[in-house]
Amino acid sequence: MAKTDQSKSRWQRFLDNDIVYSFFTTPGAIIAATITFVAITAAFAAPLIAPYNPFDPAQISLWDGKLPPAWSDGGSSAYLLGTDNQGRDMLSTILYGGRISILVGIAAVFLGMLLGVTLGVISGYFGGLTDTIIMRIADVQLTIPGILVAILINGIGRAALPLELREEFAIYVVIVAIGLTDWPQFARVARGATLVEAEKEYVQAAKLIGLPKFTIILRHILPNTLRPVLVIATIGLALAIIAEATLSFLGQGIPPTTPSLGTLIRVGNEFLFSGLWWITFFPAIALIILVFSVNLLGDWMRDALNPKLR
Amino acid sequence: MNFCKIAKLSSVALIMATAANAENVFRWTSQGDALTMDPHSQNESPTIAFNGQIYEALVARDIEMNLVPELAESWTASPDGWTFKLRQGVTFHDGADFTAEDVVFSFNRALEESSDYKEQVKTVSSIEVIDDYTVKLVTDGANPILPNTLTNVYIMDSGWAKANGVEKPQDFAAEEETFSVRNSNGTGPFMLMSRAPEELSVLNRNPNWWGDSMFPGNVDRIEYRPIKNAATRVAALLSGEVDFVLDAPLQDLKRIEATDGLTTKTVAQVRSIFFGMDQSLDELRSSNIKGANPFRDIRVREAFNLAIDKDAIQRVVMDGLSFPTGIITPPGVLGNTPELDKQYGFDLDKAKSLMAEAGYGDGFEIQLDCPNNRYNNDEKICQAAVAMLAKIGVKVNLDAIPKAQHFPKIQKRISDFYMLGWGVSTLDSHYVFTYLFDGEGSWNGIGYNNARVNEITKLIETETDIPKRTALIDEAWQIIKKEMPYLPIHHQVLGWSMKDNVDVPIAADDHLRPKYVVFK
Repeated sequence: MAKTDQSKSRWQRFLDNDIVYSFFTTPGAIIAATITFVAITAAFAAPLIAPYNPFDPAQISLWDGKLPPAWSDGGSSAYLLGTDNQGRDMLSTILYGGRISILVGIAAVFLGMLLGVTLGVISGYFGGLTDTIIMRIADVQLTIPGILVAILINGIGRAALPLELREEFAIYVVIVAIGLTDWPQFARVARGATLVEAEKEYVQAAKLIGLPKFTIILRHILPNTLRPVLVIATIGLALAIIAEATLSFLGQGIPPTTPSLGTLIRVGNEFLFSGLWWITFFPAIALIILVFSVNLLGDWMRDALNPKLR
Repeated sequence: MNFCKIAKLSSVALIMATAANAENVFRWTSQGDALTMDPHSQNESPTIAFNGQIYEALVARDIEMNLVPELAESWTASPDGWTFKLRQGVTFHDGADFTAEDVVFSFNRALEESSDYKEQVKTVSSIEVIDDYTVKLVTDGANPILPNTLTNVYIMDSGWAKANGVEKPQDFAAEEETFSVRNSNGTGPFMLMSRAPEELSVLNRNPNWWGDSMFPGNVDRIEYRPIKNAATRVAALLSGEVDFVLDAPLQDLKRIEATDGLTTKTVAQVRSIFFGMDQSLDELRSSNIKGANPFRDIRVREAFNLAIDKDAIQRVVMDGLSFPTGIITPPGVLGNTPELDKQYGFDLDKAKSLMAEAGYGDGFEIQLDCPNNRYNNDEKICQAAVAMLAKIGVKVNLDAIPKAQHFPKIQKRISDFYMLGWGVSTLDSHYVFTYLFDGEGSWNGIGYNNARVNEITKLIETETDIPKRTALIDEAWQIIKKEMPYLPIHHQVLGWSMKDNVDVPIAADDHLRPKYVVFK
């Protein structure tokens, strides 16, 4: 930590923070953060900035279907990235689709984090049989590729729902499926941090003065596990977005009525052979940029927060 | 490993070995599998076509849709019925002889409650067995088109059916599972060797088939693998994984044609695509309008008709390969006239004012049920309709599902608004009336019931005077054209794609007939 100096302004002190310093001296981090920020803002502001609402059928005209991007032959300036087979503006569908992708990603990571950190901290603090059971379950799950676990949970979730509710709840099923796939990473990291913290003197002191276990975990240990968890969460977000896109691409995820980027790529795939490349190309590019920038951001954060690399 | 497993493995090895030895293996794909192997359970075209490789009927249609003898060698009409001379020396795949008894059994089976072929055989009041190879189908009156209606009524072996407890057809809507659903025993050119629904069906040539020397086909083995995703189907053809694709996306036909070693064939199909609007209920299930059924108001039905831009669907969704229409029976079928074929047109302003007049100026909400693996671009047509109806204020919730779940909704009459396509195997309007318009029709999912149309449906079953009969058919269509119980979209165009080392003659009913398929 930089030395606190009361003579400097708050802003100065903020800039002196080593993480902030690292951020402003790493161009990759600045670019990644900017793109991520723009992507997330654009996705959340989709209803405000998208030229059309692709899910308002009254705004769609079939006669405008299958138009190529504005710069190619036969394109129309009204549709920058062209239109899909139904006459929906590609740019707008990508903005709306990105929103779903990011929302599902964030929610899934949050669920995984909640579950993983809870189990990890419990495991690390109590040790013994509890620890063994929780960590062996995590180990077993880690031996199976995440996407297979997600497909399994997703499949069970869908089968459990009555047919007419499947589409409506598909998005929640996907969130739960990815969240349940994510948790072992979080549990391991949180457990490790807990083991380190629990040995420290302030925790020993808290135990001595008779604070209840729950308070110690919540007030003293948990806050100190959050740094590494945050790193995992950022990288996990990129993975969750990819996992959702994979599920949707396989037709197991988000339905076409409220498509995510993965669904858009899948639907567009049908038109590749007939030369309508833009229906699948632009959502794919959007997905790549989004995941790449989130990943870069996560990488930087891992380096910046790792005391050994400083 | 136990003996069972070893036995299984060695039989797999055996099958693979025979596959390698088989000369002409015809591998093909389409989007949806046959629904059942039971020949009388589902009157659905891909199911009929698939079972037509295994089972045979008394009469059949050739590639040009002419009536030709199959299990009957000849037939003659008399005022009270038709006499069929049966083919002699025909055996079923299990070796049993084909005789008049099997014909009687199969017709009775097709009349059972769970049969989907009742409409095709119900004019037959009884069957007289004259000798082992002659039967007389006695009808209530002279049925002038009886042979036309028999092409899909397949003949089963009575002994096999009794031995396996399948004397009644599978009740498909009730999801019944019987022996005949995955096993079969017909007289046809191919025998079912193995069947994994929606995965792989393997058929081998029947070495004892009666028609071996009469048909040009030289396919020894058929492997059918349904592939739901259209792009994957085309990829399978481009990569050489399959020899034939029944339903490549229309927009891809040009690309396939331009590829070396591949070719396409197109023909106008005997099939119309339309929407059904339930008029039987007092209140629709999926609508926010309570206490009234908007579809009962002809102005709403007309507004729906005028709001759907069929030309846009033809140009953009179908890539020009369809014929927009105003009647749900294609040209080539007795009853279709150029005047009836004219579509209702597209007029958004009039549609809006009709909705307002009917009291639905603000529109309403409704669910549209649509198959997603049956017709050319079925789901995409429905999506386009959703957008078009939104422009007259109707909020349509689209439920696009596989045909195996979609069709029971129509037959159980639990759909408010649905897509259906109807092919006319008899090439006569009676087939359309009796299934889709007659108050009792089993595919009349809209509950349409017009006394005169019902009466005409009955009358044309026995009317032998051709001009009079044609006039009756036309009268019924005029009533229907005016009342608009269904919303016609277009007649389909078929596009078959294949490798050019195999000749697959295209048929307007979209039925693959492997007995005509020739490897060059």
